[in-house]
Amino acid sequence: MGTMGDIKAGRLDAAALADNFADAHPPLDDKNAVIEASRCYYCYDAPCIKACPTGIDIPSFIKKITTGNLKGSAADILSANIMGGMCARVCPTEILCEDKCVRNAEGHKPVEIGNLQRYATDKLFAAGTQLFERDAPTGKRIAVVGGGPAGLSCAHRLAVLGHDVTVFEAREKLGGLNEYGIAAYKTVDDYAAREVDYILSIGGITVQTGKALGRDFSLADLRAQYDAVFLGLGLGAVNALRCDGEDLNGVYNAVDFIADIRQAQDLSALPVGRRVVVIGGGNTAVDAAVQTRKLGAEDVTLVYRRGKNTMSATWVEQEFAQVNGVTVKHWLAPKRVIAEDGTVTGVEFAYTATGPDGKLTETGETAVIPCDTVLKAIGQMFVPATISDDGAAVLDLDGGRIAVDETRRTSVDGVWAGGDCVAGGQDLTVQGVEDGKIAAHAIDAWLRAGIATGTAAEPGAGATASQPA
Amino acid sequence: MADLSCTIAGIKSPNPFWLASAPPTDKQYNVERAFRAGWGGVVWKTLGIDPPVVNVSSRYGAIDYNGTRMAGLNNIELITDRPLAVNLAEIADVKKKWPDRAVIVSLMVPCNEEDWKYILPLVEETGADGVELNFGCPHGMSERGMGAAVGQVPEYVQMVTGWVKKYSSLPCLVKLTPNITDVRHPARAAKNGGADGVSLINTINSIVSVDLDVMAPTPTVDGKGTHGGYCGPAVKPIALNMVAEIARDPATHGLPMSGIGGISTWRDAAEYIALGCGSVQVCTAAMHHGFRIVEDMIDGLSNWMDAKGYRTIEDFRGMAVGNVTDWNQLNMNYDIKARIDDDKCIKCGLCHIACEDTSHQAIRFHQGAEPDDRKFEVVDEDCVGCNLCMLACPVPDCITMERVDDGETYRNWTQHPNNPMRKEPA
Repeated sequence: MGTMGDIKAGRLDAAALADNFADAHPPLDDKNAVIEASRCYYCYDAPCIKACPTGIDIPSFIKKITTGNLKGSAADILSANIMGGMCARVCPTEILCEDKCVRNAEGHKPVEIGNLQRYATDKLFAAGTQLFERDAPTGKRIAVVGGGPAGLSCAHRLAVLGHDVTVFEAREKLGGLNEYGIAAYKTVDDYAAREVDYILSIGGITVQTGKALGRDFSLADLRAQYDAVFLGLGLGAVNALRCDGEDLNGVYNAVDFIADIRQAQDLSALPVGRRVVVIGGGNTAVDAAVQTRKLGAEDVTLVYRRGKNTMSATWVEQEFAQVNGVTVKHWLAPKRVIAEDGTVTGVEFAYTATGPDGKLTETGETAVIPCDTVLKAIGQMFVPATISDDGAAVLDLDGGRIAVDETRRTSVDGVWAGGDCVAGGQDLTVQGVEDGKIAAHAIDAWLRAGIATGTAAEPGAGATASQPA
Repeated sequence: MADLSCTIAGIKSPNPFWLASAPPTDKQYNVERAFRAGWGGVVWKTLGIDPPVVNVSSRYGAIDYNGTRMAGLNNIELITDRPLAVNLAEIADVKKKWPDRAVIVSLMVPCNEEDWKYILPLVEETGADGVELNFGCPHGMSERGMGAAVGQVPEYVQMVTGWVKKYSSLPCLVKLTPNITDVRHPARAAKNGGADGVSLINTINSIVSVDLDVMAPTPTVDGKGTHGGYCGPAVKPIALNMVAEIARDPATHGLPMSGIGGISTWRDAAEYIALGCGSVQVCTAAMHHGFRIVEDMIDGLSNWMDAKGYRTIEDFRGMAVGNVTDWNQLNMNYDIKARIDDDKCIKCGLCHIACEDTSHQAIRFHQGAEPDDRKFEVVDEDCVGCNLCMLACPVPDCITMERVDDGETYRNWTQHPNNPMRKEPA
C-alpha cells in the first residue's frame, strides 16, 4: 500500500484542541432562554409542529419556558421525542421547525426552537427528573435490534407501555450515529451516552452489546424467542467512489474517521493529513471536513459533484464549514486518486455540468486537488445480508432498504423496522426516533389485541398517544 | 419648533414634564441633576412635620411582563425621611439657582389647622412656585390619618384645602387618590375648597406579587409585606379615565390638572394633555432609566406638535375631552368588519383562535397541504367588529377594521327600540 503523505498526530496542542472541539453552539442561559422564548407567538395549530417529524408541541414547550415550568416543558418535548435533547443539537432545524416559524414571514429570524429545546431538556437532565412511569407489566418480550435512535426510541416507548425489551447492539456502545457518527462539537460532554442512560433509566430494557444480527443470531431466532421484533439496523456500508486509487493508504471512510474522533480519549493522538479532500455533499462530509480542520489540517477541501442547492448538507451546515476554513468546491466528480510511490498526493476531478435532461455530465476538463488524505462521504447503504436467514432475504425491500407500511410494519408478521434502514425516510435522527415511537405503538396494539383474544392478533392496529407520568 | 412652555394653576414651566413627588425629587442633588437633564419642573418629595418619618428596608416591588421590566412598580416608602429644615433650605437654594423651572412642594401634615398654619409660611419663604397636597399616599401615612385617609373623604379634602388657601398665597394643587369609587367627588371638594388645580392619580393600593417560597407579599420586609402604591405603565389607563372624568364633569370642567400615572413617553404625555392636563408628572420611567429620558419626551412632543401644526400646548390641550362620552351616546349604527391583509399575514392563527375560542367564530381557518399553507378568512356575517383579532395580531396593520355602514345615520341606546327606557320611539 505504500508510504503515507504528510499525515501525523498532534498538529495542535491540547488547549487549541479543547477550544476547537468545545460546544459549537453554546447553550442559552436562563435569561436569554426566557427572552428567546418570549419571541414565540404561540401560534394556533402551529406550522412548526407539523414540520417536526416527531410532532413536538413546540409553542407549548416554549410557553412553559416563559412561565418557569421547565419540567412541563421537557415533558412536552420528551413525550413526543425521547431524544429531544440530541435532536435539539443535531436536527437541521433550518429545514424543519425553524423553517416554518411564522417569524420568517415577517422578515425576522425564526424563534431558536432548537436552542430552546436544548435548554429545556438540559435543565431536566441536570435536575435528574424521571418523567416517565411504566404501565402495568404485560409479560410480553420484544427484541429490538440496533441501539441507535430508532431502536432506543422504540425500546423506551415499549418499556413505558409495560413491555420488557432486549436491545441488541453490534457495537460496544449504544447510541448509534449519536455516539459514533456526529461531529464531536455538536454533542459535547458525552451527551449521547447521558441520553442513553436517561432512556434506560425507565427500566425494563435489557441491553446486549457486541451482538450483531446475521452474525450472532438470526431474525428467525428472534422471532422464535420474542413476541415481536423491531429492527433499527441503520446503514451498514459506505458507498464506494468507484474510481481508481480508492484502496490506497490515505483514503478513508468519513464515517470511520468521525467515529475515531468521537471515541478518542486523546484528540492529539489522532493522525490527520496536512491537506485533506473530503468527497461528498452531506452532513457526514461537513462533519468530517470541519473536524479535520479542527484537528489542525491546513487545507481542507470539500468537493461535491453538483451545485450547492442539491447538497444534502443544509445551507447552515455549508456556511458552518466555510467559516471554519473549509473550502467548498462544486461541480467536480472524482476520477482517480493520484499516488506517487503508493503515497496519495491528490485527487483528479472531472468538471461536471447538468445536461438538458438534468443528468450529470462531464465537461471534459479536469483538475487535480493535491492532498495527503481523502475522506469518502458519498453516502451509506443498507446491507440486506444481515436480515437474510440462510442466505435468503425474508423481508421485502424497497430501493435497497426494508419496506414498511405506515405503522413501520415489515412484510413479515411480528417484525417492525425503522430509522435509516427503512425505505422512504429522511436519514435524520429525528426520523428514526419517530419511526421507533410509531412502531412501538403498533407493536403494543398488536400484542394487546393478542392478549385480549388469547391468540396472535393481526398487526397494525395503529398508534395511540401515550402521556408521560 | 413648537413652544412647549405651559402655565398651570398660575405655575409657569418651560415644558410640561415634571418629576412627580417621589424618591427622584427627595433632595437637591437629584433635583439639580433632573433640571440639568431638561425637566421643566419637580414636585418635591412630600414634606411633613418633624420628627421625620423612618422608612423600612426593601421598598419597591415590580411587575415584569413578558420580558419587560417594571411594567408596573409598587412602593411602600413614606414621605421624606429628612428633617424639614434641610429640605426647606435645599428647596430655596434650588429655586434660586433654577428660577425658570417649576418647583412645587408636596405637603402632608396631620389634619390639624395648626400644623398647616405652621408649615405653609415656611414653604412660602423658600420661593417655591406652589404646593401640592398629598391626599393620596395609600400606605403607611394613611394608617396615621394622613394621605389617602384624607383624600378618601371629600369633606376633609375641602376643609384642608381651605386651610391651605387661608394660610398661603401659593398656587395649590390637590393630589387625588385613585383608591375611591368616583374621583369626581374629591375633585369637586378640592375645587370647592379653593384649590387652583388637581394632580392625579396618586398610587393605587396594591400587592404587586406574592413570593411563593416565603409566602409573603413583595416587597418583603423580614418575612412580612404590606400593601403598597402601584404606579408605572400599567396604571396609565386607570389614570386617563379619572382625568377624563374630571375634565368632562360640569362641576370641575376647566379645573387645571397635572396628569400622573405611567407616563413614559412623549406620546403618553400628549394623551394626558389631550384630555385636558396642563402638565404631566413622571416617576417610574425616570426611576427605571434615569433623568435623560426627558430629552426624547421634549424632542418627541415637539416634533409631533410640529407635524400636527400645534404651536403651543394650549393648541391641543383638552381636544379629546369632547369625544369622551357616556356609552349611551355611542352610535349603534356604526359598523366595522375585520380585514386581513394576506400579504402581511404571517399565518400565526392568533386571530382565528382568539375569535373561535373567545368571541364570535368569525375567522375561518383553511389549512392547505403544506404546514405553512394557511389562510384566515373573516366571515362578515359573524364579525361584530370587536377589534379582538386586530389586537391579538402580532403584525402591525395586518388586520384593520373597515367601516361598512352608510356613515350617515345615527342612533344611540337612548333611541334604540330594544331599550325599554328609550326617550323617543324608534
